Amino acid sequence: MELQLLLLFMILGAIVAVEIEDLLSSVIAVGAVGLGLSLVFLILKAPDLAITQLVVEILCLIILIRATIKKDLPLIRDGRWLFNTFSTFLFIALFLIFAYFALKELPNFGAPIMRVAKEYIESGLEKTGATNLVAAIILDFRGYDTLGEATILFTAVMGVLAVMRKVGRINGK
Amino acid sequence: MGNKETGMTLIVKTITRLTVGLILLYGIYIVLHGHLSPGGGFAGGVIIALSFIHLMLAFGKDTALKKLSQTVASVLESLGALMFLSIALLGFSGGYFFFNFFLHKGRPFELFSAGIIPLCNIAISLKVGAGLFAIFAVLVLSKKSGNEK
Amino acid sequence: MSTYLLCLVLFCIGLYCVLRKRNIIKIIIGLGIIEYAVNLFFVLIGYQIHGRAPILAKDQVISNMVDPLPQALVLTSIVIGLAVTALIVAIAIRIYEKYGTFDISKIRRLRG
Repeated sequence: MELQLLLLFMILGAIVAVEIEDLLSSVIAVGAVGLGLSLVFLILKAPDLAITQLVVEILCLIILIRATIKKDLPLIRDGRWLFNTFSTFLFIALFLIFAYFALKELPNFGAPIMRVAKEYIESGLEKTGATNLVAAIILDFRGYDTLGEATILFTAVMGVLAVMRKVGRINGK
Repeated sequence: MGNKETGMTLIVKTITRLTVGLILLYGIYIVLHGHLSPGGGFAGGVIIALSFIHLMLAFGKDTALKKLSQTVASVLESLGALMFLSIALLGFSGGYFFFNFFLHKGRPFELFSAGIIPLCNIAISLKVGAGLFAIFAVLVLSKKSGNEK
Repeated sequence: MSTYLLCLVLFCIGLYCVLRKRNIIKIIIGLGIIEYAVNLFFVLIGYQIHGRAPILAKDQVISNMVDPLPQALVLTSIVIGLAVTALIVAIAIRIYEKYGTFDISKIRRLRG
């Protein structure tokens, strides 16, 4: 019951963020959606994810606000507006119909089939010695994925530092 | 133009002086207890980066860059990545990638337990924290140069 | 079943924002909403009713835990989403400095 209410709050916040014209207000609405998501993670019994989502959301808000301050731009609509909007809604309706048929094949909500996770839960403590099972999974059973993610973070930092360089290579100004 | 006041008002500066050390300590606590309670390397690294960003937002960029300059941040990030990779490659002498052979598992619910997992958490937190602070420092510095046009 | 459908409606709102808006910052906001919806869908699949968090406690035998495997995957995905958002915001700032506008229908000159 609380889960559906929080999901409705997130959908409302997302609609506000998409439709409003002022850039600063829509960034704040996205922040509200992220905080609602952190509460939903707590209800779904995932405390690791709630902590990480909360702090990452705050950092994402700071970076977005820095990009939008003093650069407000009014949106205009012209051209083939009616045809574009109609075809987008048609596509989204088709997507939701096919998704409904696909979601009927999944197991019921609240009764997952845990084939691999059963072995992780039963033998996690004696194989690794850690009591936080999620940390044991990401650093011991599936450490290779964490290595890939460290590489992605490194590449992103290098990309930002290279894009924001002041002196170009060709012109030198 | 003799105004040397950068950053925010006096109230914000006083509160920042009181709380920025506590935020850094809380981040280090979450990293070190990553194998006993929820958290881990990623969340702790982001909290450590947020404490330095808080310092930069309240006092202006010169004071924050004196505490942690851009060169030191780059070196720390590379050091974290190399530490994580070398812990993984050391497992080759035991037989597999990421093999846990030189630190024993210990007793559960203690701080020094669970093999290489605390070392990996510390390496990841160094990398994430220093990298995110370097991203933010570059984004803010470029704004100051583009604002005078 | 209705929870899954609400999560997919959130995904469709983000998709509409990416397809139809002309401001680059609105497109970045739409990408952020898509990423929240996908992470939520993963964690919803692994939930068990009356389950407990996947952390062991002292001197207790916990028999019904929620699935810890999707939580490990989503933990990685949240931090990757932050890195991608930072990179795309840096590119957007550069575009504004070069072209003077955020409108994507006016940024058409690709030099080969």
